[in-house]
Amino acid sequence: MIPEIGHFALVLAFAIAICLAVFPLYGYLSNQQGFCATAKPLALLQGLALAVSFGVLMYGFLAHDFSVKYVADNSNLDLPWYFRMSAVWGAHEGSLLLWALILAFWGVAVALFSRGIPDHMSALVLSVMGMISVGFLAFMLFTSNPFVRILPFSPANGADLNPLLQDPGLIFHPPMLYMGYVGLSVAFAFAMASLISGKLDATWARWSRPWTTIAWAFLTLGIALGSWWAYYELGWGGWWFWDPVENASLIPWLVATALMHSLAVTEKRGLFRSWTLLLAIAAFSLSLLGTFLVRSGVLTSVHAFANDPERGVFILGFLIVVIGGSLTLYAIRASKVSEPGEFAWISRESFLLFNNLILTVMAVSVLLGTLYPLLVDAVGGGKVSVGPPFFNAVFVPLTAILVSGMAFGPLAKWRQSEDPRLFRPLIVTLIVSVVVGLAWPSMLDGQYSIGTAIGVALALWVAIATVVDVVKKVGLYGGVGTTLARVERGMIGMWLAHFGLAVMIFGVVMVENHTEHRDLRMGVGDSQNLGSYDVRLTNLTVVNGPNYVADQATFEIYQGDALYKTVTPQKRRYNASGMVMTEAAIDSGVTRDLYIAMGEPLDGGDWAVRLSVKPFVDWIWAGAFLMGLGGFVSITDKRYRQRVREEKEARTDEGATA
Amino acid sequence: MSRIMVWLPLAVFAVLVGFFFKGLTLDPNEQPSALIGQPVPEFQLTDLNTGQPLSREQLPQQPFLLNVWASWCITCQVEHPYLTQLSQRMPVVGLNYKDTETAAKNWLQKLGDPYAVQIFDPTGRLGLDLGVAGAPETFLVDGRGVIQARIQGEVNQRVFERQIQPLLETVQ
Amino acid sequence: MMKSVLKAGLIAWLMSVAMVTHGAIETYQFDSPEQEERFRQLGFELRCPKCQNQAIGDSDAEISGDLRAEVYRLIKEGATDEEIKEFMVARYGRYVLYSPPLDRQTLILWFGPAGLLVIGGIVVALRIRRSKQALERGESNA
Repeated sequence: MIPEIGHFALVLAFAIAICLAVFPLYGYLSNQQGFCATAKPLALLQGLALAVSFGVLMYGFLAHDFSVKYVADNSNLDLPWYFRMSAVWGAHEGSLLLWALILAFWGVAVALFSRGIPDHMSALVLSVMGMISVGFLAFMLFTSNPFVRILPFSPANGADLNPLLQDPGLIFHPPMLYMGYVGLSVAFAFAMASLISGKLDATWARWSRPWTTIAWAFLTLGIALGSWWAYYELGWGGWWFWDPVENASLIPWLVATALMHSLAVTEKRGLFRSWTLLLAIAAFSLSLLGTFLVRSGVLTSVHAFANDPERGVFILGFLIVVIGGSLTLYAIRASKVSEPGEFAWISRESFLLFNNLILTVMAVSVLLGTLYPLLVDAVGGGKVSVGPPFFNAVFVPLTAILVSGMAFGPLAKWRQSEDPRLFRPLIVTLIVSVVVGLAWPSMLDGQYSIGTAIGVALALWVAIATVVDVVKKVGLYGGVGTTLARVERGMIGMWLAHFGLAVMIFGVVMVENHTEHRDLRMGVGDSQNLGSYDVRLTNLTVVNGPNYVADQATFEIYQGDALYKTVTPQKRRYNASGMVMTEAAIDSGVTRDLYIAMGEPLDGGDWAVRLSVKPFVDWIWAGAFLMGLGGFVSITDKRYRQRVREEKEARTDEGATA
Repeated sequence: MSRIMVWLPLAVFAVLVGFFFKGLTLDPNEQPSALIGQPVPEFQLTDLNTGQPLSREQLPQQPFLLNVWASWCITCQVEHPYLTQLSQRMPVVGLNYKDTETAAKNWLQKLGDPYAVQIFDPTGRLGLDLGVAGAPETFLVDGRGVIQARIQGEVNQRVFERQIQPLLETVQ
Repeated sequence: MMKSVLKAGLIAWLMSVAMVTHGAIETYQFDSPEQEERFRQLGFELRCPKCQNQAIGDSDAEISGDLRAEVYRLIKEGATDEEIKEFMVARYGRYVLYSPPLDRQTLILWFGPAGLLVIGGIVVALRIRRSKQALERGESNA
């Protein structure tokens, strides 16, 4: 009975979405305020309906309702409650429901926080979001219903959640990622609203900028969480594999980064309007494309959901409507806006154009590599594989080029910045970066790595340039406290984000060039050297977990003669599925991770064991976290705060009547 | 943005959609064998049943099927009855892949032995030279010892009629 | 004194035993660190024929283990990286290479990004030039 409530709520949400898609648009086109005014209430109702539906599905998991097929396929009586909750989005149907829920949530957010935006505009934005919602809900109701039931003979126990997903990473990574993916729909909707209404001036940029930034911040954190999860869960210490599903999240991220920067120009100077519109359409379109690639079976991936070409056809149809429709409207309307603006070769506008160029080339390159096997096969060229060697060869140089330009943009002035004195601080930055960069690898063990030198130099280039910028501002405002209080939040956000990127690049360079591995045979009592530590295997036992049985090794890690830490990596065999998983033992530190994983059991009770030292690997995710934080800080800018605006309006009113 | 350039994104998207539609009909996991048109690789293994040395000269001089199987392979059990049927139409040579002698012999005893010749490849050496990725796999070899087709997975009537039968005509 | 000798011996033994791969953990012995590094690199460049997009160095599948053993054997026999890759392609097809060879079919792949960068660069440069001209016109009118 209860699952039917969830199903009904889903159908209700579908009906509401149709109304939301149609009424405000009709109201706008026929100039009837009443219809436009339905947008916000409908958005709120849709949010409520989907919250109910989602809640019911979650209840099904928590209550072990195996009469619901999705629950039976993804849960188990022995599955801990917190994994039962995250199992809701562990497979195709449930993750779609999460998508729809988050889309509805963003609609609610737009409805609640758009008081500064004219009503007809927010009506159009919500209408477009409603259309997208219609697509997803239709997809669910017609092809991927999470509430399908197995009656009258429901299974007594479920098939269990995939052991790879039985991990805290699953609790946070997909929701965070979807908040980003789906959040880009707001920027898309603003662009569409702008195109529909024909109001192609720069105000739409001002409105959509905070929404874009916050979606970008979520996407940054979501991707970083996924990478971190892969690192500690998969047992091999890798953190990025250029897998199609990973690329499907990176490509929109790159475009969203370009969009954020382009919006800055459009808002401040009214330029690049047409290009920014296109980026806004592209960012969300690429999110949708990612959804298609991951669920249709056209690409091979370790992450892919169901390989179902029938569902693929539905999604492709949806893509044609949404992307084809938006690009057509763009082509018809956007050519009307075109003014060159006035700025010099050296100006902030130029640098931001450069930024957009490189980011776009990066996005297209990753997309090209990801789709290439499909493209070749489709023209009858057979099967070809494109993997990390290609992506690294292309992505790394492009990143280097991008990063080289990063120091100039913040220092350059709008319009014209040809005074060389503006860039004088960069001379010192350059010298320090190059000198330290060249010197750094010589202070490390092993062969001198020129790649490390370049990477460190680039990271320092951005880091120092950012610090110099901060110091300059502090000097201007007189004191750190005053600066933080007075300077635009957007600027603080930029500092955090750019510095975060430098931190991340440093981590990547160090871990990729200076990881030490040892794969060895160890038995109880054996001791090995690992970096500056000695690792001794002291015990091998069998441990029973809630839904698995594990071989557990106890390692004591010594620094000199003192015991530093004891760790217990495991090799688990999950009861329901029989799957074997490696739970590596990781000792995280600021300057390195110690990574100990069990491989295969060997004869004589010994085990093949991997010992690794991974220098600065946590800097990768720390840097990404700083980037995301920068994004969140940016949107706390005074400009976007309702109360300040209302106070201002109140004061002007008083001034007018006084 | 000039008049023509604004239509470029839509055009690119349209082309991509074309590829995606085609892509939905393809299977990215399917791999054609690299040995089509090549002769069966040389090998020096033993016959599972007689224990005598076996090399490719002793394979049938007429078109035959080379079936890669193992006792640990469940799908091999599933395709076994159909293979037995096929063995009445043309010789089926078995390649016992990464298996143990006793397990293989027991399996054949339990299910029946339709194989004209049984190559014993416990280390998977010949399998690797054939580009085998797992069991079951079946190769169609013509009368001159040249590989004409490879099937990954179960061979049943539908698969045989679609992928092997058409070639049999040209190969005779 | 004895302890440091033992420690040195342990380290020396370690170095000869140490092997570097990503993925499944075996204990192969190499003649030199260069060989070890080549083995590791090839582990990234060769694709597991049966997996859902994993390199043989990353994958637990049995065929991956077999191919790793084969790569080890070939390295010990003195084959070059090129020869090892050719060996694998002859048996498993070009699908097994993660870095697609540069031929007519992969021209767009390998030159696309650079080409796009050049074309994009030209477009951007022309755009900036137009703006610069507008700027100058604006200033001369002022």
